[in-house]
Amino acid sequence: MGDWWTPPMMPDPGLGRFQQAAVTPGFAVLCAGIREFSSVSHIDESPSRHRSPPATRASETNSKHSYSVLTAFCTEENIPQCVAYVNQEAAALGLCGVCVEARGAGPSLGAASALNLLYELLQLQRRGQRTLHDLETQQLKNNSDLEHLQHNNSRLKDQLEHTRRENSGLHEGERQLQLKIRTLQRYLKSEKEEVQKLQSIIASRATQYNHDAKRKERESAKLKERLNQLLVDKRDKRLAIEVANCVGRADGKRSLWKTSKMEARHEGEMYKALLSDYEGRHQVLLQENAELKKLLQLMKKDMVSMLSPRKTTRAHMPAEDSLEQAGSEPDDELCEGSRDPLEQMCEQAREQLANSIRLQWRRLKSHMQRLDSQVSLAASREQEEVISRREHEEAITHMKMELQQCTEFIQTQQQLLQQQLSLPCDEETAALLNDGYLLEEKERLKEEWSLFHEQKKNFEMERKNFTEAAIRLGHERKAFEEDRALWLKTQFLNMAPFVGHRRHATSESRRALTIGAQSGAKVPSSPAPSCTSASHTGLSTPTSDPMTLPSTAELYRTLQLIPDSRWYSS
Amino acid sequence: TDTKGCCGMNFSEVFKQSNQLCKVSPDGKYLATCVQYRLVVRDVNTLQILQLYTCLDQVASMEWSSDSLFILCAMYKRGLVQVWSLEQPDWHCKIDEGSIGLVSSRWSPDGRHILNTTEFHLRVTVWSLCNKSVSYIKYPKACQKGMDFSADGRYMALAERRDCKDYISVFVCDDWHLLRHFETDTQDLAGVEWSPNGCVLAAWDSCLEYKMLLYSLDGRLLSTYSAYEWSLGIKSVAWSPSSQFLAIGSYDEKVRILNHITWKKLTEFEHHPTITNSKAVVFKEVEKRPVIPTEDLSIQQIAMESSLFDIQSKYEIPPLPVQVPVVKPDPDRANPKIGISAIAFSVDNRYLATKNDCMPQSVWVWDMQRLGPTAVLEQTAPVRFFAWDPRRPRLALCTGNTKLYLWSPAGCVSVKVPVEGGFQVQSLFWHCSGDSVVLLGKDQLCLCYMATDEEKHMLRSHVVGLGVACFTSH
Repeated sequence: MGDWWTPPMMPDPGLGRFQQAAVTPGFAVLCAGIREFSSVSHIDESPSRHRSPPATRASETNSKHSYSVLTAFCTEENIPQCVAYVNQEAAALGLCGVCVEARGAGPSLGAASALNLLYELLQLQRRGQRTLHDLETQQLKNNSDLEHLQHNNSRLKDQLEHTRRENSGLHEGERQLQLKIRTLQRYLKSEKEEVQKLQSIIASRATQYNHDAKRKERESAKLKERLNQLLVDKRDKRLAIEVANCVGRADGKRSLWKTSKMEARHEGEMYKALLSDYEGRHQVLLQENAELKKLLQLMKKDMVSMLSPRKTTRAHMPAEDSLEQAGSEPDDELCEGSRDPLEQMCEQAREQLANSIRLQWRRLKSHMQRLDSQVSLAASREQEEVISRREHEEAITHMKMELQQCTEFIQTQQQLLQQQLSLPCDEETAALLNDGYLLEEKERLKEEWSLFHEQKKNFEMERKNFTEAAIRLGHERKAFEEDRALWLKTQFLNMAPFVGHRRHATSESRRALTIGAQSGAKVPSSPAPSCTSASHTGLSTPTSDPMTLPSTAELYRTLQLIPDSRWYSS
Repeated sequence: TDTKGCCGMNFSEVFKQSNQLCKVSPDGKYLATCVQYRLVVRDVNTLQILQLYTCLDQVASMEWSSDSLFILCAMYKRGLVQVWSLEQPDWHCKIDEGSIGLVSSRWSPDGRHILNTTEFHLRVTVWSLCNKSVSYIKYPKACQKGMDFSADGRYMALAERRDCKDYISVFVCDDWHLLRHFETDTQDLAGVEWSPNGCVLAAWDSCLEYKMLLYSLDGRLLSTYSAYEWSLGIKSVAWSPSSQFLAIGSYDEKVRILNHITWKKLTEFEHHPTITNSKAVVFKEVEKRPVIPTEDLSIQQIAMESSLFDIQSKYEIPPLPVQVPVVKPDPDRANPKIGISAIAFSVDNRYLATKNDCMPQSVWVWDMQRLGPTAVLEQTAPVRFFAWDPRRPRLALCTGNTKLYLWSPAGCVSVKVPVEGGFQVQSLFWHCSGDSVVLLGKDQLCLCYMATDEEKHMLRSHVVGLGVACFTSH
């Protein structure tokens, strides 16, 4: 504040202020001053406190600012003026004056008031500073806002410009398109005209062509006519037929004169042919018709039979019957009555038949509808059944699968079997398959084996018996031979006169016989028994088993060695 | 010297012919062929020459009379017609049409009259062999089928043109009495055809307009049928042997079947290039050159085996859908190669064979009971000609190669004609008994005898198995 306070003495604050404005070094300071000034109005506190000695303030300011002492605000001499001035200023600022009283000769200041004033001023200053700061930040903020807005503005302006340009471009395009459309329309019109022209040309050409063609044709016809005429007139020499001799007609008849009678005959024949054709066709159609009618009758009968059992049940439902039964009763009559007229092809019969069929058909339809509704009603109830059906189906599919598996199995088996049959070299499978048969065979063989063994044993036993019997027989036979020889010798010796030789011979024969017996029966070699005991030894075996004696005889008999009856008798 | 092939088919030796002039007599006993200016008549069974006639010039047309007693030979360039008698070889007849010229000559159904059409279709001259009389019919129309005799030979329908209008004249063939004469509602009448029972006459407009008119014998218009407008119309027409159906083939690649009661359309058969119908069997001919190991190839063997260079072919049944080869027609040309050009019913009315011109390699066989396709024969070459057996449902066709192809409901076979040097079958026709087919080459002919009844079983087994019919030349 003091920096612009250049004049040291300012008796009039207004003047000072004026000066102040005049000497203003910077705009900012003034602003600050104005702000300070404006803010003063708020300061309306105790004015007494504002009274502070300007000197101190001056000194303070002096300490702050490097004022020269010479240019100080307050000096010893001008204290009262200064006080007045300060008061005045304070009052202007809305503070209570310092109320400086000049006491005595020396200038004395009310310290308290001066300090108060000083304090007030400081407060004011601080507040001012704060507001200044606030305002500065505000200013900064505003500046940045402003900048942002300006930026935004410029951007929008650009955009606007751009859209404007675009707009104009589109306008231009539209204009061009319009132009194009106009030209195309013009073209189209011209093309249409062209087409019309061409069509008319074509039409005219066609008519021209037709006309020309007709003209040409007429001309050619005329020419032909003329040519014909010429040919007829000229009597073409070459035009001729040379036939060796005329041939008869294929049917052997003579050709007939052209008469009206012939004409009538031709007409008659033609109509006859046509008539026969129509009759044939009529027959075919009749047949077809009859077949169709038969089919219709059959259908009707089927319908009636299909619907008739329902009638009994329908009796319980009189609501809908009243109409249908009323219709059905004459219908049955019709069904009977229509048969005969049907064959007569009567118009009425046909109508009746058609009507009855129609009626039956309607009935069938209603029946079907009812069935449908029943089905829809029952559908909810049949849910379980449906499920069961599903199960059933599943089961069927399962079974089918099983069946398939089985058939496959069988097939593979068959295949293997055939393979085995056709390829015996496949030993493993063959062995596998043979095993069963072998086992069976083995069993059978075993059985047979045991049987065979048994038989063998029996046979062996029999053989033993037989050999024993044979041995016995041999023994007996030898004994018998010996006996016979003995007997013969005795007989001979008895008859012969040489008795002396007798004993020798017998001994001789006995010896020979014993030797034979020894070799045959393997009798233990014992000293040859005496002659008498020889017969004994010969009969020793039979004597061991006296019961075998008749068997021996039997054996003899079987061996056809029938002994002499004398033997027994003797 | 018949050559025996597998499938129980025999082939005769090859004879010469010219202009593909070869006809079997209506009674089936004789075979007449023209070789240049000579007419040769053979016995069909023995193929021994019975008669030999010499004409004044190269024969352009030849025809048997209906009673198999006379043969007509026309020499158009000279305007001459010569008639020969089989019974009396000395008998002769010569008709000179004079300076007016001759374009067509044919027998009347009674076999005692000859109808000559003069140049420019100036008139039709009717010559009688009975009394040498001559009569003229004026204003015949030059068109696709301007003249038709009814099957019983009683009536003749003739398309006429007078004062730029179409007319039809119906004549009684007995005495050439004009029975009916009426104007037809056509722009340009293209053809007339009697129904086989002789009671209905079909008349159709030229291809510029789809119009079919049906007239009763007495000249009443029974019905008019038009399938569409503003497009090319009728291309071919065929009656079923029972007169029950009328098949109309048109440029829109469809065949329309009319019934004989209402004369309305019963159905239409479309010839789609993609075959998806599972009822239709596609028989695709596949050619295969015989594979011969190179070490076996000796000169001797080459000399011996003429079949070495022969291409074998067999039919395959490809899985559906099948794409039938299609030729794109040239739109700038007249008579575009599109539309149904040939229709023929089998003798039992059961099948219908058709050929679409833009599918030249295929013949379609339709079942008239199911009213749908039953077979499609896809050949490797364009089909030249096909004909039904006159006794059985059996179709023979040729494609200008060395093979004869046969279709029957049982299947399809290809048979190579076992002729040295190759016999290219250009055309064919059946003997009236259905036991043999006459194959016509460029200047040769050959008879193919079908399997007899006991051999048929074997053939059947072959056919069912779709076996390859291949032949060695011995």
